[in-house]
This record gives sequence, structure tokens and C-alpha cells, in this order.
Amino acid sequence: MKSIFACLLLLLCAVQTAYGQNKPQAYVGARIIPISGPVIENGVLVAHKGKIVAVGASGSTAIPPDADRHDVTGKIIMPGLVDTHSHIGGGSGADSTSPIQPEVRVYDSINARDTGFQRAQAGGITTANVMPGSGHLLSGQTVYLKYKDGKTIDDVVIKDNKGNVLGGMKMANGTNSIRGSGPFPGTRSKSAALVREHLLKAQDYRDKVLRAKGDKEKMPPRDLAMEALVEVLDGRRVVHYHTHRYDDILTVLRLAKEFGLRVVLQHVTEGYKVADEIAKARVPASLTIVDSPGGKLEAMDADMRNAALLERAGALVGFNTDDYITDSRLFLRTAALAVRGGMSREKALYGLTMAGAIMLDLQARIGSLEAGKDADFIVLSGDPLSVYTKVLETHVEGIKVFDRNNPEDRLFATGGYGASRDQVMHLHEQEDRR
Amino acid sequence: MISRKHFAFFLALLIIVATAQSSTAQIAVRGETVHTMAGPPIKDGVVLIKGGKIERVGSASQVKIPGDYKILSARVVTPGLIDARTVVGLAGYLGQPHDQDQLESSAPSQPELRAIDAYNGRERLVEYLRGFGITTIHTGHAPGALISGQTMIAKTIGGEPANAIITPAAMIAVTLGGGGLAQGGRAPGTRSKAIAMLRAELIKAKDYEAKWSSAPDDKKPNRDIRMDALARVIKGEIPLLVTAHRANDILSALRLAKEFNIKIVLDGASEAYLMADQIKAASVPVILHATMYRAAGEGENLSMETAATLQKAGIPIALQSGFESYVPKTRVVLFEAAVAAANGLSFQEALSTVTIGAARILGIASRVGSLEAGKDGDVALFDGDPFEYTSHVVGVIIEGKIVSQEAR
Repeated sequence: MKSIFACLLLLLCAVQTAYGQNKPQAYVGARIIPISGPVIENGVLVAHKGKIVAVGASGSTAIPPDADRHDVTGKIIMPGLVDTHSHIGGGSGADSTSPIQPEVRVYDSINARDTGFQRAQAGGITTANVMPGSGHLLSGQTVYLKYKDGKTIDDVVIKDNKGNVLGGMKMANGTNSIRGSGPFPGTRSKSAALVREHLLKAQDYRDKVLRAKGDKEKMPPRDLAMEALVEVLDGRRVVHYHTHRYDDILTVLRLAKEFGLRVVLQHVTEGYKVADEIAKARVPASLTIVDSPGGKLEAMDADMRNAALLERAGALVGFNTDDYITDSRLFLRTAALAVRGGMSREKALYGLTMAGAIMLDLQARIGSLEAGKDADFIVLSGDPLSVYTKVLETHVEGIKVFDRNNPEDRLFATGGYGASRDQVMHLHEQEDRR
Repeated sequence: MISRKHFAFFLALLIIVATAQSSTAQIAVRGETVHTMAGPPIKDGVVLIKGGKIERVGSASQVKIPGDYKILSARVVTPGLIDARTVVGLAGYLGQPHDQDQLESSAPSQPELRAIDAYNGRERLVEYLRGFGITTIHTGHAPGALISGQTMIAKTIGGEPANAIITPAAMIAVTLGGGGLAQGGRAPGTRSKAIAMLRAELIKAKDYEAKWSSAPDDKKPNRDIRMDALARVIKGEIPLLVTAHRANDILSALRLAKEFNIKIVLDGASEAYLMADQIKAASVPVILHATMYRAAGEGENLSMETAATLQKAGIPIALQSGFESYVPKTRVVLFEAAVAAANGLSFQEALSTVTIGAARILGIASRVGSLEAGKDGDVALFDGDPFEYTSHVVGVIIEGKIVSQEAR
């Protein structure tokens, strides 16, 4: 009897350690940027069982007596970054058979062991919206995931209480989704018409399902595409809409209004030209900032003042990497360039964290350092907006997934032999047009 | 006999011309820190520019500013920046077939294609780089074909002033490795084929050059613009600019240089850190890939620390913006130097890769790359550390002409 009890006890201990940190972890002495409140010059962050237990000033914040203490004096701690648009993992979406494929899921194609995950961890990113490309009007369901050291996609996806994988729907307008051959639209007007047609069909489908009131005889046959679109119509699935030119942005707002869609604008290159309209529609904008204008017609008028002008108009502004269009290792740089263009430092840091959390409906779990939220945080060597600052550590749900002092991890931060063995460059124009 | 009326007229004309010249040609740039790249930085420094050239450089206590000089002030002053390898001006920002002249795919070897025949000085991307303090560009044909054509060096002054182009034929662009292969079953389809074709071309050029220099007039071969171009390489007048990323392709470049006793400059060179000893022994300079270049394809093993590695090995290096097919349509070499400065290069070393270090590799150091009396009046002004993400370029001067005063 005693030996069985001892075995059980040992098993329990093993299980506890498997969940990482059976003991609370306290990070003491850093300058803490909680995002949800003022900066704490000399602070303490306590994490336990994947959650933040306490955040506060060193003098007045209780540290559990059994906590492991980590001295982070002279360093900066801020929330793990939230990337609302990435193509890491070599995932795919819709193919060339149709411009609108809501039934397709990027979840079915991501390689969770892709070295891109390491690159993102090195950049301090902890949560990402990984999406299919933009070569379609609607290229498929996206996935919200944590950049954990996972073996499979299921180890990293974010799920709700019912076990459903969380994610949005990727849509696009403008030039990428126009092909003018086969079933694909050849013009912007046709693009919008096809989308409206499909959403109207989805509304009919939803009405049929509602009228059936669960009666199996009356229910329409299962239709994966329609079911996914009904999630969109019901607001349960956010549409992440790739859009660049100001008139294309207005088209998105128009469609969102007509069908009651919850939308996050993605890229929003000419957002500054319609900043008031975006702010008025209360539609968030997730910006990709690239080093120069052009490369495609819709990006001709790209302007580094975009984020600043949208902020001034009162829009909710976030950022993304669109990896590998920009590099996940340099995500902090995106916010710094926005500040170069006139955005406030405060809103720029908010744009890397809380703004993204809100755009993914995850604001209760991530985006700021507050007791009860996930212990997703990063340790920096200095000011987050300085070119000289390094990401020293990245923690996801209390587990350290990146440590620059670890030579293996450092390789992914700097690059070098073997750091990118499975990287595929996602050039939207070229990749999805096969 | 000059009448009084004529004399008055000519005097007035002289005064007008003199004033017109002095309003653009006499500038004093004051910097809290002036990085001359010709000695230690000068605190509270002054750069006098007259007639398009640097007149004097020194501290404010040493250099008195004449009363009629226009004064520009900034926190940090550097020489105008140099992008050691770009394609802007041939490649345009629209990314459409009509504004992309940097690569001609009808044949694999086209050394006769001149960059000056396609360069558009008014291209938006040239103006864009100018706004970030980049005053000299080594631009021209892109990587992507075995021999894609020639490169040139120009000031980013915009428009078509005759003196904007300072080197009409700088180098001949070669691409080794996967990037230089042709598609659709055409030659070269493999690395071995590529090298064989290149060697055959160089042997032909050697023969052509020998015949031209030694044969009597009636026995000289017909003029051949392809051979003319390669003959300049054979004679050592211009180098081959060899884009090679993988270590074995870098080795192939060194081997070619040795076989034909020609000058080469390595371009891209993602895996140069594996070949530092050989590159140093061959005295070959490296125009290293943009620090933030995507680590995929042939460049998958690149490191942000390679500039520092090569610097330590004593290899002359410069940084480039390179070529991008999509977005961003051009990189900005100031930004690339910044990230290199954050990855092992000292501030001065990083600044050198886009100033004097670049100028030396491009053979234009007598004119640009440092703030020294006699050199071109090319200056960049900043409101803080030039490498900090949140600093701005606040002024750009090319040969004594203020071309930008917009904070970028």
C-alpha cells in the first residue's frame, strides 16, 4: 500500500514538473512596461502555472516565499508581442480552383517545427494569427497560436473552453486576388460582386438552419464552406481583410456594414487617406511597415506617417510582420518605424501588444502584464524601440522558449548556418498564383 | 572700346551671376558631432562647402564661417551615404513590366548591356533613397542571369544633369549559383554549365583582346561590343561583380579570378563567413548582402553578424540595398548599416560600410566617402544617432546643392 502511494506521489510530482514551474517564478528588478498601466521603474513580475500572479513595484509586491527568483536588474520586461498577420509554418490555404474557399483551414497545413517558430520566438513574439495568402478573395480559415516549442500544431493552437481551435477568416481585395482567368475575378467590381454573392448564399443557409430548429429532416445538408461563412456572419469568426488602396479599404468597410461583419483591416497601406472613415467605422487596422513604397501598384503611396495619422484620427492601430515580408525577429522595429513617422511611443508599444490582442478577441488572456493573464512576456536589454536592443528571453505561458544566452537559440536570433533550413518565402503575388 | 553703358551692363551681369552662384555653392554645415570618416569624429564641427566641393573641415573653434555662407545645423553630420549595390533607376517602384529594366532574360550572357542606356534618374526610388541621405548609388543590372549586364555609379541628384553619372561602366554583373541559372531547359541549367560558359566567354575575350592589341590594322577582328565589355575585365580595367551566396559558389568565383587573373568583387556572399580566409588571401572585397535580407533560398544561411566577422578578418566590406522583386521595392542602406551596427560592428565600422569603405571598393574614394577638403560636397544631416530607428535624416546635400530638408 505504502509503495503504491509513493509511486502515485512520484507520478504526481512528475506531472507537476511537466506543466513547467511547479514553483512560482519571480522576475525582480526590471523596468516593467505593463501596457495596461504606467511603467514600473523597479518592478516584480510573478508567474505561476502559466499565469501572471502579480505585477508591481519591487517594494510593494508580494513574492511567494517558495518562488524561484530571477534577477533582471537593468533590463526591461514587457508583454509578449502579438503578431496579427504571419505566414510562418509553411502553411497554405485555398488553391487555384476557386477564389472563395471558406472551408479550407490553414490549420491543416502548418508545420509546427518550422524554424520560423524559432525566429518568431527570437523576435519576442508570443502570439500570432497565422494565415493563408492573399491570392484569393477568401483564402481560408486562419489560426491563432502561441509560439511554444510544440511538436505538432495542436500543441500550439489557442482553443476556447469547448476545445474549438480559435482563428479568423482571411479575405483580400485589390490586385493580389484579381487574376482574370478561370473562376477568378478580373476586376475590383467583380471581386466585390463575388463576395456579396457568397455572403448572401451564406445568409440563406443560416436562415434555413435556424428555421429547421434542430429538426434533422428540415436541416440543409452539411456544407463546410457555408458553416464557416455563418460563423463569420454571426461575428464568431473575425474577417482579417488584406487591403491596400484607400478605395479598396472603403469597399471593405462597405461590405462589413452590409453584412454585419467583424473586420480587422490588414496592411492598410493607404489607411492615412481614409483615416477618419476607418476611425468612424470603429474597424481596427493592423499595419505592415516596409522600408520603401512600391513593389506593387497598391503600395505606391506607402507612407511612414501612416500609423501616426491613423492614431491621430482615433483608429485602433496594431502591427504585423506579414512574415516573411518583414522578419519576425525585427517586429519591435516595426513599432519604432511608426514612431519615426510620428506615432506616439505609447501607442506604438500598444500596437505591438494590446491592440493585437483585441483584434484577435484574446484581450482577456494576453496583450498586457496583469494578474490573471497568460504569463507571456519578454525580457529586453534596453528600450524596446532602440536598434541596439536585444530580445534576451521570451516566455510563453510561463515557459522560457527563447534565451539569447543559449547558443542554439542565439543562432535563430542572428541567423547563420542551419538557422533557416525550411524557410519558404511567401511572396503573395507569386505563391498563390499556382 | 567699352562704353559706360556696356560696362554697367556687364558689371550688373557679373554681380547677378556671382550672387546666383554663391546662394547654392557656399554652405557651412554645423554638427554637434561630425563624422568625417577621415579621423576621429569632431565635436562641434564645421564643414565648409564651396563650388560643389568641400573647402574645409574642422572644429568650430578652428574654422571660421564666412559671413555670406548659408548655415545648416544638425546634431549629427556624416558624409553623404553610398549604396554599394542597388538596381534603382533601372528598377522602378511600380513593379510593372514597363519600369523594370534591371534584367533581360533573352540570353544568359549579355555583358554589353550598359546601365546608362536604361537608367532613369527621375525614378521615384532614386528620390526616395536620396531623402535618407544616400547621395551616391552603384546601380545597374540585377543578379538573376549568368552575365546580366553592366553597372554604373551616379549621384542621386535626380533629373538628367550630365555630371550626375560619375562612372558610366563600373562593373560587369555576374550571378553564380542557383540565381544565375536559366529556366525552361535553357542554358545554363546547372552550376557546372554556368562556369563552363563563363570560362569560354572569358577565354574568347582574352583572345579578342590579344588580337586587338597586337594584330596589325588589317588583321584586327571585327568590333564586338560583347567582347569589348569583357576585354575591359581581362585588361583589369573593371571588375566582375559576382553575386554568389553559397560557399561553393564563392569558391568558384575565387577560382575564376585566379584562372584569368581578373579583378572580382563579391556581391551578396551570404556564406562568406565560411570562406573568410580564402577571400582574404585573394584580396577580394565584399559588398555584403543587406543585413535584413530574408534568410531563404540561396541566402538561407546568412547571418546578421557576417559584416562583423568579415571586418574582423580584415576583408574590405560595404553594404548594399540589393535587389527585391516585391516589397519593399528597395531596401535602404542606412537601415541595413544600422542593424549591422547592432550586430557586432562598431558605429564607425558600420558607417564605413556606407561611406569610405564603400567608396574604396567602388574606386571613387578620391571624390566621395569622407568629409575632406577637395572631395565632393556630399553631406547627410541627422537629428540623432543616424542608426537609431527613431532618428531622422534632416538634410541632404549633393555637391553643394541642398537636395532635401525634409525630416525622414
